[in-house]
Amino acid sequence: MKMSSTSKKRDLTLLPNEVVVGRWHNNSYRIVRELGYGATGTVYLAEGRDGPVAIKIASDSMSITSEVNVLRQFSKVQRPSLGPSFYDADDYITPDGCYPFYAMEYIKGEAFLPFLRSRGGEWLGIMVVQLLGDLHRLHQEGWIFGDLKPENLLVTGNPSRVRWLDVGGITKEGRAIKEYTEFFDRGYWGFGGRKAEPTYDLFSVSMLMINRAYPSRFEKNLKHGSTSLQSRVNDKEILTPFSDVIHKGLEGKYKSAMDMRKELMEIIQNTTFTSTTEKKIKRKETRTSIKKQKVQDKKKNSAIKNKRERRFVGIFESMLFASFLLILYILYLFGQAV
Amino acid sequence: MKKGTLRQILLLTDGCSNTGEDPIAIASLAKEEGMTVNVIGIVDRQEMSEAGVNEIESIAEAGGGISQVVYARQLSQTVQMVTKKAMTQTIYGVVNREISQILGEEKELEDLEPEKRGQLMEVVDELGETMDLDIIILVDTSASMKNKLPMVQEALLDLSVSLRARTGNNHFALYSFPGKRKDVDKLINWTPHFDSLSGAFKKMSTSGVTPTGPALQEGIGIMRKRMKKKGSDEDEFYLEEA
Repeated sequence: MKMSSTSKKRDLTLLPNEVVVGRWHNNSYRIVRELGYGATGTVYLAEGRDGPVAIKIASDSMSITSEVNVLRQFSKVQRPSLGPSFYDADDYITPDGCYPFYAMEYIKGEAFLPFLRSRGGEWLGIMVVQLLGDLHRLHQEGWIFGDLKPENLLVTGNPSRVRWLDVGGITKEGRAIKEYTEFFDRGYWGFGGRKAEPTYDLFSVSMLMINRAYPSRFEKNLKHGSTSLQSRVNDKEILTPFSDVIHKGLEGKYKSAMDMRKELMEIIQNTTFTSTTEKKIKRKETRTSIKKQKVQDKKKNSAIKNKRERRFVGIFESMLFASFLLILYILYLFGQAV
Repeated sequence: MKKGTLRQILLLTDGCSNTGEDPIAIASLAKEEGMTVNVIGIVDRQEMSEAGVNEIESIAEAGGGISQVVYARQLSQTVQMVTKKAMTQTIYGVVNREISQILGEEKELEDLEPEKRGQLMEVVDELGETMDLDIIILVDTSASMKNKLPMVQEALLDLSVSLRARTGNNHFALYSFPGKRKDVDKLINWTPHFDSLSGAFKKMSTSGVTPTGPALQEGIGIMRKRMKKKGSDEDEFYLEEA
């Protein structure tokens, strides 16, 4: 979505090997490739003086400056895993105008949902437990994540650890949520307001778990919003062990991320057995679905094969006919000779 | 010091104006009065005409606000985003003006080094959170809007949810145009939030006229009346963007 406002400046596209030099600090960054596009700007992978960095560049200096403010805050109290580290903020002067940008740590990893989709339900639990631990630390420092969604998360490798990618939605506690995505927003579902408080993030955590079972998400049913959401949870087997936690998260019943984390950890510990059977069921399910798919594939294949076979039979027939003619001809020749 | 009030007119329409004053001129007037005009164009299946899109952009530009053309189903997210963004933009404009007064004509926020800019942006964010906000919402209820009105209702309730989360006070007033006998009809008087809008759009006009200019004119009048009522004890928050 693009906003046309009174300040008209073209969006900037940076090409690989273009060198971005800051106007104030004179640091230079050689663009490698585009990493993604967010609400406030485009993120590129770039080569800085000390190695790879991620660079976010935008035409609108307002939102990017707010974002840098948030990132700076965390650089002061940076511990591993509370979002990417902040390196530098500067302006890039081009003939089209002045584009503010900032450089931060480049986090390499696997996208959140694809990571979970190839693994069992216990991994969903573990990742959310990690996330809740980080959220708790964030909340204790008086901040709310806001725009919590899989696109803003990444799983880094060995051992697998969930990390925050985009901190643009982080809002001071007690203020109005800065940025949100409808599916993860409790205001959209009619479960509460958009004031930044821990329960706001915990609602999004529940929706994140629901998103694991419904990768393409779904829209609100205008007539009965909240009940439809709750029945969605009950419909999916992978969510069954977590359904109590999800419901409580949705309803804002946890006072802190720690409370939710504790209950979730207990569930993971106590449902090892059921989670394996669930997996078996799941495996069976996938097997049957694979079977189904295979059957369908067979049908498709057989249709193609039939066509192929028909053609083959046709060739065979004509060859048979040809050889028959040949034999007749030979016999005729013999007849002549005799 | 009192912080003053941000004043916005939000216009929701699906096409071109076709009667009365030029809405672009009236939007410029609104800006002179210290108000901001935001315009949202709503389309469903068929795209909006180029003339319609141009008009929407020009009204917002003249009114110092933001414009956006969206599909009806994306309306909620857009309405709250446009409103918030316009607030920040207005405050930013004022701060910019202050800066050029302090630092000299040519200077604005972008001429400050990033660290100082960050500190100023914190002030802008703070003001956006705490300033009072008055919004007049003008909804086009001409015949073609009929099937879009449920989404408009939904979006306005959603806007109310978003703004209620702010620390500052909000007041809404809802008007529709064209009205039954006049250019605009009052649907809901000044209120701190919308609880329910069901039935708000019962009075539908079936005429083909879209008096956008006169509706904006009325909007300015309503806002002016409210400013007078609130008294002049309040600091004025004038904007004059470069």
